[in-house]
Amino acid sequence: MPSRAQHHTIVALVEDKPGVLNRIASKWRQRGFNIESLAVGHSEIPGQSRMTFTVDGATHDVDQVTKQLFKVIEVVEITDITGEDVVARELALIRVAAPQESRVAIIEIVNMFRARIIDVAFESLIIEVTGDEEKIEAMYEMLLPFGVKELMRTGRIAMSRGGAGQNVDDGSHRRYRSAGEGKAQVGSLL
Amino acid sequence: MKLTGAQIIMESLLAEGVDTVFGYPGGSNLPMYDALPQYPALRHVLVRHEQAAAHAADAYARITGKAGVCWATSGPGATNLVTGIANAWMDSVPMVCITGSVVSWLIGRDGFQEADITGITIPITKHNTLVLNVEDIASSIKEAFHIATTGRPGPVLVDIPRDVQQQEAEFKYPETVNLPGYQPPMVGDPRQIKRAAQLIAESERPVILAGHGVVISRAWDQLVQLAETAQIPVITTLLGIGGFPGTHELNMGMPGMHGMYWNNMAISEADLVMGIGMRFDDRVTGSLKDFAPKAKIIHIDIDPAEIGKNLPVAVPIVGDVKNVLTDLNREVQPARHDQWRDWLKEQRDSHPSIAIPETDKILPQYVIKSIYDASGSDAYYVTGVGQHQMWAAQYFWVDKPNGFITSGGLGTMGFEVPAAIGAQFADLKSTVWSICGDGGFQMTSQELATVVEYELPIKYAIINNGYLGMVRQWQELFYKNNLSSVRMYQPDFVKLAEAYGVRALRVTDKAQVQSSIDLALSHPGPVLIDFQVEEYENTFPMVPPGAALQQTVDSPYQGSETRTPAAGGAR
Repeated sequence: MPSRAQHHTIVALVEDKPGVLNRIASKWRQRGFNIESLAVGHSEIPGQSRMTFTVDGATHDVDQVTKQLFKVIEVVEITDITGEDVVARELALIRVAAPQESRVAIIEIVNMFRARIIDVAFESLIIEVTGDEEKIEAMYEMLLPFGVKELMRTGRIAMSRGGAGQNVDDGSHRRYRSAGEGKAQVGSLL
Repeated sequence: MKLTGAQIIMESLLAEGVDTVFGYPGGSNLPMYDALPQYPALRHVLVRHEQAAAHAADAYARITGKAGVCWATSGPGATNLVTGIANAWMDSVPMVCITGSVVSWLIGRDGFQEADITGITIPITKHNTLVLNVEDIASSIKEAFHIATTGRPGPVLVDIPRDVQQQEAEFKYPETVNLPGYQPPMVGDPRQIKRAAQLIAESERPVILAGHGVVISRAWDQLVQLAETAQIPVITTLLGIGGFPGTHELNMGMPGMHGMYWNNMAISEADLVMGIGMRFDDRVTGSLKDFAPKAKIIHIDIDPAEIGKNLPVAVPIVGDVKNVLTDLNREVQPARHDQWRDWLKEQRDSHPSIAIPETDKILPQYVIKSIYDASGSDAYYVTGVGQHQMWAAQYFWVDKPNGFITSGGLGTMGFEVPAAIGAQFADLKSTVWSICGDGGFQMTSQELATVVEYELPIKYAIINNGYLGMVRQWQELFYKNNLSSVRMYQPDFVKLAEAYGVRALRVTDKAQVQSSIDLALSHPGPVLIDFQVEEYENTFPMVPPGAALQQTVDSPYQGSETRTPAAGGAR
């Protein structure tokens, strides 16, 4: 069942223990995936963190890894939210060359993108921008002609819209859901 | 009262019901060995190489159904365990490995004999953990046993620095584990079970593919009930051998690359394939796109990640095989499949697959079958990997679950020598045969010292063709007979065994085969027999790699013809 490569966003709730990131990265590596972005931070539950990955791959292959990830003991919950109604955001810091003569033009772009200037130096500015990947890339493109000296991105974090608890519940507090054709099937397995 | 970390390890093992540990001492587990003599209830088996500790614990676990326990020191001790851990991982064997680690302040500083064993074993363990506080030892061991033995079993490694083994803490063994992310599914979805029963009722040409899960879950009675109720032929995978009685009229033997011709045809003709506790491994399926083209597939497995991994499945049932079959048996209606079974019998009669021709030469399959005929279904048979393993799988139709112990997924040559030790410790009263390749035997032959030290009456049969037989077979068939580095100089196995104190004989004449086996069985101690077999014999049937099951090449033997040796090639 080969399917074409697609951008996948996967959110995992994990126990906050040493080595978890390593275990998870290892499962992706084993199947030859390149993690496009990864964001990790504390969740609302003490002792548990939430990770958001984005990877490119065929749905069946990503499904396989997601199922393997679910077997990592510290993974409490894992959801492939690809194609769902989610809000996704990323934050980028951009250091851009800004001599006197181009400053006004840069500030105009910053305003258009509702970004912020968070550091001002003699010859450069640091801009903070939040949004989805497209917005950040668009802004980056706009700034390129001025001379981008450094770009730093957090990677995507994403959350389903609406109320919580849309996931398939297996009767415990563990949840697993994958995208694509296997979704309904796998949901009912557990 | 406070105990040292090392004492807590021992107390925890006793609390888990452990009675046997396979291990090897070194700098980083000295405190454990210091504490060991205070715990006579723990039988420690000193192996000669850590890999053997892991394989012995593996076989011990397969037979007893309990987690096998092995331990080693840091660095090379720990890395020597790795092959054994990977073996247990691939075959879903419950195992707890405890490694001593360098003192905590040296971790990450390239201390003497330091290796990042938790990092190294991430992909080959179900879980692993580095314990940095003495207070956490008991709960870590509790969790290790829980994780290793529940759900789909597997190896768990606990790494404990030497200083932590020496620190003191109050010992209280926890009664529960706190693993919010770990709740293996146990019971199958009732709707899917009903659908499965429906498919069984509708099927005219059903087969069961029974795998290791049947054995692990101890579901043999439930499987017999299912097969008998609906009269479904049962094909057992390599690790499923023993999961269904070998002498049962519905047992069809092994499928796949070196399986029975009739099974590969049956799978190809079947309208229903039930995979029970198996994972549609490439050695079973051959080319996936041609696998069971006419069949709907029911897949029962405890691991959701196995469902749909290799094949699309009509009815997936995630759960413990025993529970699922118990529930399924309530739904399944009695049926007969006489026509289907007649067809199968015809296939079986017309393609003997494992017939052995009359010849004066010592054919390896003759030796293997003779061992089985003489020792019966009460013995345990441990094998290595290669041609002899496939012949063993073809001729050992064991009735006893766990009667056949082999390295399936990883295919670890050398497994047979130490695994036989674990098997014998698991059941000291029964006969244990270790069927060895002459290549694999040399990978772990040092363990004969362990065998003699612990007075284990293991019977070692070296199927000695002077070649790495399976590799040679592939070179013959798929690499234009370019025999490259497969002819091996062999030591005098008889002298070698005698040097260890093992009674040994060499068989060079077919007439000696039977008598040597009888002697081995009657001798109270360990015996090694060097069977110098026909060197050019190959294992058939065979599905060429990547080919479909329908393309199975059956055994070339018709009547009493003996295959002629392949022409040419290096000697």
